[in-house]
Amino acid sequence: MHAINYEAPTTVDQAVKLLARHGEKARTLCGGTDLIIQLRAGVRRPEHVVDLKNIADLRRISFSMQHGLKLGAAVPAIEVHENADMRRYYPGLTEAAHLIGSLQIQSRASVGGNLCNGSPAADTIPALIAVGAKCRVVGPKGERIVAAEDFCTGPGRTVLQPDEILVEFQIPAPARHASDAYLRFIPRNEMDIAVVGVGAALTLDLADDRCIDARIALGAVGPTPIFAKEAGAALIGKKLDAAAIERAAQAAIAASSPIDDMRGTAEFRRHIVGVLTRRVVTIAAERARTAQSR
Amino acid sequence: MSKKTVVEATINGETMEFLCEPRDCLLEVLRDELELTGSKEGCLTGDCGACTVIVDGRPTCSCLMLGVEAQGKKIDTIEGMASPAGLHVLQQKFLEHAALQCGICTPGFLMSSKALLERNPSPTEAEIRYALAGNLCRCTGYDKIVRAVMDAVKTLAGARAA
Repeated sequence: MHAINYEAPTTVDQAVKLLARHGEKARTLCGGTDLIIQLRAGVRRPEHVVDLKNIADLRRISFSMQHGLKLGAAVPAIEVHENADMRRYYPGLTEAAHLIGSLQIQSRASVGGNLCNGSPAADTIPALIAVGAKCRVVGPKGERIVAAEDFCTGPGRTVLQPDEILVEFQIPAPARHASDAYLRFIPRNEMDIAVVGVGAALTLDLADDRCIDARIALGAVGPTPIFAKEAGAALIGKKLDAAAIERAAQAAIAASSPIDDMRGTAEFRRHIVGVLTRRVVTIAAERARTAQSR
Repeated sequence: MSKKTVVEATINGETMEFLCEPRDCLLEVLRDELELTGSKEGCLTGDCGACTVIVDGRPTCSCLMLGVEAQGKKIDTIEGMASPAGLHVLQQKFLEHAALQCGICTPGFLMSSKALLERNPSPTEAEIRYALAGNLCRCTGYDKIVRAVMDAVKTLAGARAA
């Protein structure tokens, strides 16, 4: 690995000042499970590595029905999974975080790092998009809010400027009968990169037996994770029967633009988008129906 | 060239100070600086788990952590597993079940297993297999390793009940 300087600020303000000074010569470290590999391979060659894990604001999970969720960008995936509010109110996002690599990786890797690394196959991004996560980004000029679906701009590229950091995700509290789910296809049981990933979040009106809100997002089938708006729209206002779910699956397939690569062909991936969309919608609907009174 | 930094960490229960360059990963520091060569280098990409150590109670690939990040942390390596009284029950069970052949993956498997049992003293077989998914072994076919951990769980439960 080339020589680097290491800095570990303890406040957002310090971090932003360091990044403003170093500009494009700096790269932030949130868990290091992608960055350290990229440094070793020479894919990224920053002079400065700014470690964000010692900033308390980035390590916090807080939830209330009134204010929803604030999930610090640097919270390790394993802490996401161990948090009772995360498992109860955002089971899909939680299972996406708990699918990343091994427990060794989850001890270090964060949801914020997963997003900022910008991989089209990142497991948590479709789950974040599905639950309507907003990203709070802070830079020298102040803060801005970016919707999760607008964050990635290409493979390994995001809207984040060199002097900005992602501080936290803000996610609304789920409605009474709402829930989410995430599934990915890999040819093994664990420890693999998604061939396809699909996240869905649904809100149901049980009295009327209809879906009143639905968001579906896709991973590993395009240059960025994809918000398949039409797939969700196919469910809104409808009874969640096989025909409606099939229309959502077809809309998800239409929204995908996969390529052939070592992990699968485009044709296979389109097929799997349909399969996983049907399954995540079914799982999220079941969870939403049985959600305890809140 | 960046300067060497002084880092203080608790390693196997002992407070230690070491010098490292920011680019040195924890595995290099452990092996080359502190001469704790039990943690092995395999893939250097976090896939094989041969370098697994326990950092503040969490199993961690020491190849994916910078040495400077160890500041103030509590790190347990394979060298701290046995006590003067003898082998750790996991080590004993690995021997009894022949859960190793060439042995290069063994320190990592033992550290992952130890981290699991510290959090969950009575894991199911599925939970054991999940916890060991980040450790690769090219010799044993895994089954003997899983049996060894299951047997260690039983022995520890018996010791608790006694």
